[in-house]
Amino acid sequence: MAAATMEPVLRVEHLSMKFGGLVAVGDLSFEARRGEITALIGPNGAGKTTVFNCITGFYKPSSGRITMTRSDGAQHLLEQLPDFQIPAKAKVARTFQNIRLFSGMTVFENLLVAQHNRLMAASGYTVLGLLGLGGYRKASAESRDLARFWLDRTGLIGRADDPAGDLPYGAQRRLEIARAMCTGPELLCLDEPAAGLNPKESAALNDLLNDIRDTSGTSILLIEHDMSVVMQISDHVVVLEYGRKISDGAPSYVKNDPKVIAAYLGVDDEDVTEVLEEVGDAHIIAQPETGPDPDHGPSPSGSMLAGPISDTVEHSDDTEYLLQVAPGASKADAVPTTADDLTRVHGIGAVEAERLAARGITHFGQVATLTVAEIAEIEAEIQAEPGRIVREDWMGQAGALAAMAGGEQH
Amino acid sequence: MATQAANGPAVSMDGRTGDGHYARAFREAFISGLIAFGLFFLLVGLKTDQNIRNELIIVQRWGLLATIVAIVMVGRFAFAAYIWPAVESRRAEAAARAPAIAAPPSFLRRNLVRLAIVLMFLFPVIAVLVEGVQGSLKWIDNFGIQILIYVMLAWGLNIVIGLAGLLDLGYVAFYAVGAYTYALLGKEFGLSFWLLLPAAGAMAAMWGVLLGFPVLRLRGDYLAIVTLAFGEIIRLVLINWREVTNGSAGISSIPKITFFGFFDFDVSSPFYIGKVFDLPTSGVYYKIFLYYLILCLALVTAFVTIRLRRMPIGRAWEALREDEIACRALGINTTNTKLTAFAIGAMFGGFAGAFFAARQGFINPESFVFLQSAIILAIVVLGGMGSLVGIAVAALVMIGGMEALREIEFLKLAFGETFRPEEYRMLIFGLAMVVVMVWKPRGFVGSREPTAFLNERKMVSTEFTREGHG
Repeated sequence: MAAATMEPVLRVEHLSMKFGGLVAVGDLSFEARRGEITALIGPNGAGKTTVFNCITGFYKPSSGRITMTRSDGAQHLLEQLPDFQIPAKAKVARTFQNIRLFSGMTVFENLLVAQHNRLMAASGYTVLGLLGLGGYRKASAESRDLARFWLDRTGLIGRADDPAGDLPYGAQRRLEIARAMCTGPELLCLDEPAAGLNPKESAALNDLLNDIRDTSGTSILLIEHDMSVVMQISDHVVVLEYGRKISDGAPSYVKNDPKVIAAYLGVDDEDVTEVLEEVGDAHIIAQPETGPDPDHGPSPSGSMLAGPISDTVEHSDDTEYLLQVAPGASKADAVPTTADDLTRVHGIGAVEAERLAARGITHFGQVATLTVAEIAEIEAEIQAEPGRIVREDWMGQAGALAAMAGGEQH
Repeated sequence: MATQAANGPAVSMDGRTGDGHYARAFREAFISGLIAFGLFFLLVGLKTDQNIRNELIIVQRWGLLATIVAIVMVGRFAFAAYIWPAVESRRAEAAARAPAIAAPPSFLRRNLVRLAIVLMFLFPVIAVLVEGVQGSLKWIDNFGIQILIYVMLAWGLNIVIGLAGLLDLGYVAFYAVGAYTYALLGKEFGLSFWLLLPAAGAMAAMWGVLLGFPVLRLRGDYLAIVTLAFGEIIRLVLINWREVTNGSAGISSIPKITFFGFFDFDVSSPFYIGKVFDLPTSGVYYKIFLYYLILCLALVTAFVTIRLRRMPIGRAWEALREDEIACRALGINTTNTKLTAFAIGAMFGGFAGAFFAARQGFINPESFVFLQSAIILAIVVLGGMGSLVGIAVAALVMIGGMEALREIEFLKLAFGETFRPEEYRMLIFGLAMVVVMVWKPRGFVGSREPTAFLNERKMVSTEFTREGHG
């Protein structure tokens, strides 16, 4: 039990989501700790909502793992659950950026629909309830009490019997939160809850969220655009840009992170170097961090330059991709000085690197030019499922790394 | 009326003057007359016919054309000059005193449903008293039973369309499945109606689920097309599977329903009701029995629908109609929810089908054409999706109206002795539907009754409800 509570409520590891050639989220790893408000921020199009949709099952991620740990210690892999079981079993609830209420039903009915699964079980899947048997009456009374409780907390009790579509905008946002809370979630995902609210409503929302965190034992993950809101209420901030994590930490740390400032000011990629030099962070460029080690979990402070670059360069055409890899590979072959750190390729851990070294493969260039037969042999050797190496694109990654290594030489 | 018309222009919203008002009405009447002339010139003014030598000739009917155009012009003028201003002024008045507390509904309004049910139970008695034993047959069978079958079908379809928001254009297929289930099993194995009624419902529900599976991912127009095709497939199977269904020739001498085996309505049987109770032989007993049977079946449908709406599954159906994505975000299994809606809707269709087969004694695939689905759908839409009372009224108006249009004789006074109203009944009927949909776009009962309330029950205006995306 104690160990379970130490576990982060949500752990996202190497999450990638690709739509055709577009990488909406690339190799994202972060954690949401239990009992905290974690904010996911970033400029428009950074992939925040995509991350949410992956967590709540509306998208199936291209790769990666999302682990939800319940307070009783049960773990659920969200990327494997069908979407409707994520709220039901893993107890993850969400709201939507463009409010999705049942507008033709009353406010009260909206909250009853949210308790569907519990009421359904209590009514013996309708059969017993229809006959007036079983504990449906009791469950029904309890559901009323829970609805009343959240209506009180969100200040909507006076409008309980009005159609949800008739509420003003701010009240609709609160109702959506109340509805999500009626599912009894352990993690509440809010997609831009403060969007379109006036300062007063926004302040009330902050109080509500703090209240939920402090009293109901629900951890909160929220997307927000507005930095001021984020800084006030969040305990932990993750910053995304172009689908990658560029900063991760306490609000005060993130606020002063030059990469975040650059992202929000809209500096070009080339200029990031300049900005970093200006703020005295030039060492980041010189010594790119290694990617998170899959054997030891993601490192809490990733950087934009960490991890393979190749993911951002999508190859839709296989032949073209081979042509691009070849020059880099030859360069790498030309400078066989010391062994490359193969673990920089995603999918290659310490174990895999050892096996590859045993086969005499120590350079990116060698990895990049693996033949089909060799791949099959290696997969058998490291006991990987067939196709894993191609799926994880070791060759492409290694080619890019080799090209980069070649570039650094000059 | 006259005073209102006089006041009308003065209080109308944009403050038009009286003269301009009439001028506009004249202009509109003239334009309407032109349109009517253009429209009916070929349709009514000229008619092809055969003369005594079998030659094709053109009959000119200028008098009739003039009458129709005159009616349109006068109607348009009256509407523009008097009726519309009166409506406007009344609306303005209503808006002016809107904040006033609504008066408590009258006794009649509060007990409308109860009174209607009592009236329906008394209907055969009244019919027999008024029209005599033989005269009442038409009223009980053509009107009573026929309308109630459609009420039941529309209430069943209402679960699929009105509550779950899944547009089903092939509902008649389930009606056919129910009818053939009873006809085949009843005739071949001699099983009782009371055994086969649940069997027909279960069979139809099974087909509902079978239809449901492939269309789970479809929405809106696509769903409508697939369900339409499903209805046609069932009909074509019934036509072509001759070994079982006897094809287009249909199945005849389907056994009659017995009164739970105590007595029956077959004149040659030793347990004929006339022999058991020492009554004169008559066909009316069976009709009255059928009337009460379908009335009970329809009331059961209504009762189950009302109960289901207040259960979690019913609320999930309505939530599905409102927003499917939000449903999934709340952990509702939308697959199961859709399938149960299809299954339960189909089940009531199956019950109605079994009853239909027993009542007709003969069925063939011609009874289950797309037009039937369209009529049932029209009843649901006209009644106001989701409202049981509205749908019952719509069935009464539509089916009763279509039957009644066979009867009306007074139109002969307007259009001459050769006018045959039954030929025009679909035209009149279509016109009536257009008028109703313009007047009440959301159907007769446009507001939704909430399934649960915390403090007071308030009706939900349809401006907030959605029709579902399929």
